[in-house]
Amino acid sequence: MVDSSGDPLLRVENLVRSFGGIKATDNLSLDILPGELHAIIGPNGAGKTTLISQLTGQLMPNSGAVHFAGRDVTRLPSYQRSRLGLARSFQITSLLPDFTAADNVALAAQAHDGHSFRFWGAARKEKHLRDAAQAALARVGLAQRGDVPVSELSHGEQRELELAVALATKPQLLLLDEPMAGLGVTESARMVALLKELRKEVTIVLVEHDMEAVFALADRITVLVYGRVIASGDPDAIRNNEEVKRAYLGEQHAVTSHG
Amino acid sequence: MKSHINVRNVVVALVALGLLLLPLYSAVTGNIFILTLFTRIVIFALAAASLNLIMGYGGMMSFGHAAYLGIGGYAVGILAYEGIGSGFIQWPVALAASALYALVIGALSLRTRGVYFIMITLAFAQMAYYIASGLSRYGGDDGLTIYKRSTFGGLIDLSNRVQFYYLCLFCLFGGVYLIWRIINSRFGMVVRGVRSNEQRMQAIGFHANRYRLVCFVISGTICGLAGALLANNTDFISPAGMYWTRSGELMVMVVFGGMGSLFGPVLGTIVFLLLEEVLSQFTEYWALIMGPLLLLIVLFARGGIMGVLGRFSRG
Repeated sequence: MVDSSGDPLLRVENLVRSFGGIKATDNLSLDILPGELHAIIGPNGAGKTTLISQLTGQLMPNSGAVHFAGRDVTRLPSYQRSRLGLARSFQITSLLPDFTAADNVALAAQAHDGHSFRFWGAARKEKHLRDAAQAALARVGLAQRGDVPVSELSHGEQRELELAVALATKPQLLLLDEPMAGLGVTESARMVALLKELRKEVTIVLVEHDMEAVFALADRITVLVYGRVIASGDPDAIRNNEEVKRAYLGEQHAVTSHG
Repeated sequence: MKSHINVRNVVVALVALGLLLLPLYSAVTGNIFILTLFTRIVIFALAAASLNLIMGYGGMMSFGHAAYLGIGGYAVGILAYEGIGSGFIQWPVALAASALYALVIGALSLRTRGVYFIMITLAFAQMAYYIASGLSRYGGDDGLTIYKRSTFGGLIDLSNRVQFYYLCLFCLFGGVYLIWRIINSRFGMVVRGVRSNEQRMQAIGFHANRYRLVCFVISGTICGLAGALLANNTDFISPAGMYWTRSGELMVMVVFGGMGSLFGPVLGTIVFLLLEEVLSQFTEYWALIMGPLLLLIVLFARGGIMGVLGRFSRG
């Protein structure tokens, strides 16, 4: 599944981003290989979301470079990166609350179906957009919920919808920022099962606090502390890494026993 | 399927029918005043509908929309003054000038959001106001009388009250229909999506500002048409017509009727201008009544008139 011989799909080189005096990303380098599920973990405030935002272009780094699919995308705005096949889900659910679930996904499909300077025909009647939306909704288990306004979906359903929206952009690389955040036990299990399916088709970067999920899913894990990579490797190597154990002091039992 | 027969749609249909039959009523009763009043109302309704496109659907709180009324009007007035009376020239110039102004102002203003956007659109409109005041050749502060309404090669006579009224009504219905098509199109879905969550729209691959700008230009162009109509209606243009209070009135009309509802601005304009007309007969301090009324609507009926009607509909 993981193709470690070829070039990385995403290459991060010496990325730096500070906020005032704090370095949220501190000379960070990282390779994501095609086909892998790469988890990024770290204590709160390690700079995980800041990193994701720089990868997708919501935030610009102070220095360093991001290469995606062999192309320097460091200064590209997020909408252009999305066109290249980079998709993200947000840690704090970020959907279009005034629209239905199907609208949310159809818009994502529309964004990747030519330009949208079409002023006359009804967008909701474009069959191929609605079909694409329905397919993505079905993937995440929301096939029956398309007509429901986002504001009326449960939190768990909204997390799934985030994923459907990202999928509808037909990404090469999916950056998931804590997809399990706020989910109950059964919902989490469903999400893990879903990610297990998705990883067969798309390269995934997974930021997650749920260690059980991370160790069940990841091919490789990178550990961030204070914006720096302190360890990177397969789950077993990370589990036994002394520095990781120290960094996770409070959580180390979670790391070692749940794995 | 949801039924299309509900309180809201019945009211809208009745109002549309009433507007269509108004000249008949005016002819039967000999009440010319009501036709004059409603010609003005219909023109302002078009302006309010255009503002609603960016304000209600696009989330762009423009506080300078009166500038387009002025630009459209001045295009007609200046050309008439220079001896070009044909509407086939005047009106396209009015639309083009409004579109160009919107393009420039939009490109600059849309770098900002929220209060700054409100302030910058206001500042540009005030600039347009002072520029118009400085046009000494065209009357400066005092404005300019238009001695002859736009001609359309005998096709339609704008000096005929009924014909002019129907032209304005045609423009209003056409404008609302156009806006309806736009908001449901791919383009409209993007603009509304950006209003709902800009970051999300960028993340799925839309260059939000490009769509906002085009929407801003469409809105300004439609309002420029209202400006051309208004100049023909009053046979007069002056900088006062683009003063910031006029922009504020347009916003009030939209909020009265219901932001982000298709026909809301039309209802809002009718109610606003009728109230102004009626109240000002009783007292010159009519704004003292209008103000608290607006307050009540904002506090208790956030969807405006259309919102209240919608509540009945759901019954």
